Amino acid sequence: MKQVPDTHNVGKDAMKEDGTMNRAALPAIINPEDLNALEQALRIKDNYPNTQITVLTMGLPKAAEVLKEGLYRGADKGILLTDRKLGGSDTLATSYAIAQAIKNVGDYDMVLCGRQAIDGDTAQVGPQAAEKLSIPQITYAEEIENLTESSITVRRRLESGIETVKCPFPVLITVHGSAAACRTRNAKFYMKNKNDESKIITWGADDIKVEDDKVGKAGSPTTVKKIDSVVLQAKESKKLTDSDGDIDVLIKDLLSNHILG
Amino acid sequence: MNNLFVFCETENGVVADVSLELLSKGKKLAQTLGCKLEAVAVDYNLYNIGRQIYKYGVDVIHVADDRKLAPYQTLPTQKIICDLVKQEQPQIMLFGATSIGRDLAPRVASALRCGLTADCTSLEIGDHEEKKTTKDPQTGELTQTVTPYKDLLYQIRPAFGGNIIATILNLHTRPQMATVREGVMKKEVFDENYKGEIKKIDWQKSVTDLDFAVEIISRHIEKSKINLKAAPVIVAGGYGVGSKENFQLLHELADVLGGQVGASRAAVDAGFCEHERQIGQTGVTVRPKLYIACGISGQVQHRAGMQESSIIVSINTDENAPINAIADYVVTGDVATVLPKMIKYYKANSK
Repeated sequence: MKQVPDTHNVGKDAMKEDGTMNRAALPAIINPEDLNALEQALRIKDNYPNTQITVLTMGLPKAAEVLKEGLYRGADKGILLTDRKLGGSDTLATSYAIAQAIKNVGDYDMVLCGRQAIDGDTAQVGPQAAEKLSIPQITYAEEIENLTESSITVRRRLESGIETVKCPFPVLITVHGSAAACRTRNAKFYMKNKNDESKIITWGADDIKVEDDKVGKAGSPTTVKKIDSVVLQAKESKKLTDSDGDIDVLIKDLLSNHILG
Repeated sequence: MNNLFVFCETENGVVADVSLELLSKGKKLAQTLGCKLEAVAVDYNLYNIGRQIYKYGVDVIHVADDRKLAPYQTLPTQKIICDLVKQEQPQIMLFGATSIGRDLAPRVASALRCGLTADCTSLEIGDHEEKKTTKDPQTGELTQTVTPYKDLLYQIRPAFGGNIIATILNLHTRPQMATVREGVMKKEVFDENYKGEIKKIDWQKSVTDLDFAVEIISRHIEKSKINLKAAPVIVAGGYGVGSKENFQLLHELADVLGGQVGASRAAVDAGFCEHERQIGQTGVTVRPKLYIACGISGQVQHRAGMQESSIIVSINTDENAPINAIADYVVTGDVATVLPKMIKYYKANSK
């Protein structure tokens, strides 16, 4: 799960004068599709109560908030991966660190994650982590259709249709926003975990045995050459009101210029 | 060697539009670089592929053609491409940012430890200088070194939810990889009579039985009924439309004008409109004759998907909405007032 700035509710003060993002003005939320993924995990646990759900996040120490939310909804434990060394990682370096953390957890059958995060929309970290873990991937999952001791059958949402696939464990699944919404906090889990920090473990780069040249800026093959603020070249536009006369002029203009037929 | 590769997406042997668009752009980049344009296709029944894509200026088509490889499966395709890349050493590799491309490209990039930029809105070739300052541990003297790079792929995309455009480079890893959404690049035939060659990939060398771990049980692919790219008129709504009910007004106007309804991401997220209609960097890119933006503020991601429209009309209660700067007509007013009037006066004047 990832803590992201709420880019969908951008207020007027979200941009600084120089065109960069004023992160402080944006509320931090759990990446929406990560919640869809959590719900799928919780549904499996509903049916198989012995299932152990670990929620994992990488970010600033503050990102532990999303782990708490996971616990309030029914996860068993949380892992916060946080280290200065991991800062500045691009998707490849991030996926490496996450894969190392998952390996450090030990045995697992399934890794569930959101399809993409709203602050970048790349949808890369899931497949990249699956490759680092040398396990198959199922992207854009919408619903788990069947689950057995050894395999999972999943319906995928594609741009132009749907596909149902079956895969043995272990597998990494990225969950699409069209999957079921996540349940809300459970009062019992909330009371139990509110003041209990013991279920959240914090790991740094050394705990997950990363090679230094594979994380952070050094481990990131992409470099930002430059960032340009967008300067809109103002067109000479015709200003109109919503009066009948003005709308009539607009339509006549479009018709006479053959923009409308 | 070191040519430009495009992953050619196919469905039943037919090449996807997004791949043809990438080949068109790829040809231009390859000409700038003085290298060849090569395509890769992994599917079944690809005997017709040359006739479909040579005319975009393709010099070589690498083909893995087998019943077992269709429809698309992540692992076999990834293994084939990774081995091909190791053998052919392309400098650039482009993928469509489709369900398939976004499943495949990150997996390939991860295996090859290459940089990958998603959803580029522009690709260019350019140079770069990397400046590094190092400090001598004994004397404490600072020395600056400058490493020049020539002919890099500038991967250009909007970033961070707002009004910035980032240019991203891969300095040390090859191939330089990028994905591009459908409609962003223009499909342009290079030469109707252009002729390249087919090279068969010995794919069994790259793929093992384990790579077929994910079994496809069923698959329903349907052509989208909504074709925004071909619509001459698009009536698009943003968050400012206010409700799903008000969106009905957009449909009415679009019907009258013979157009289609589009939406900004904010409107789709608010549930006013289905996702298939989303226009912008993470949706469809359109170039209609007439684009009517209703209650759309005009974030850079949205503008990236519509700014090449011939005529833009913006209807917004906010006189200072960013989209007004690129509009030919700015109507200051409420969508619910303006749209019925547009329908009325179109009917009155078009007779």
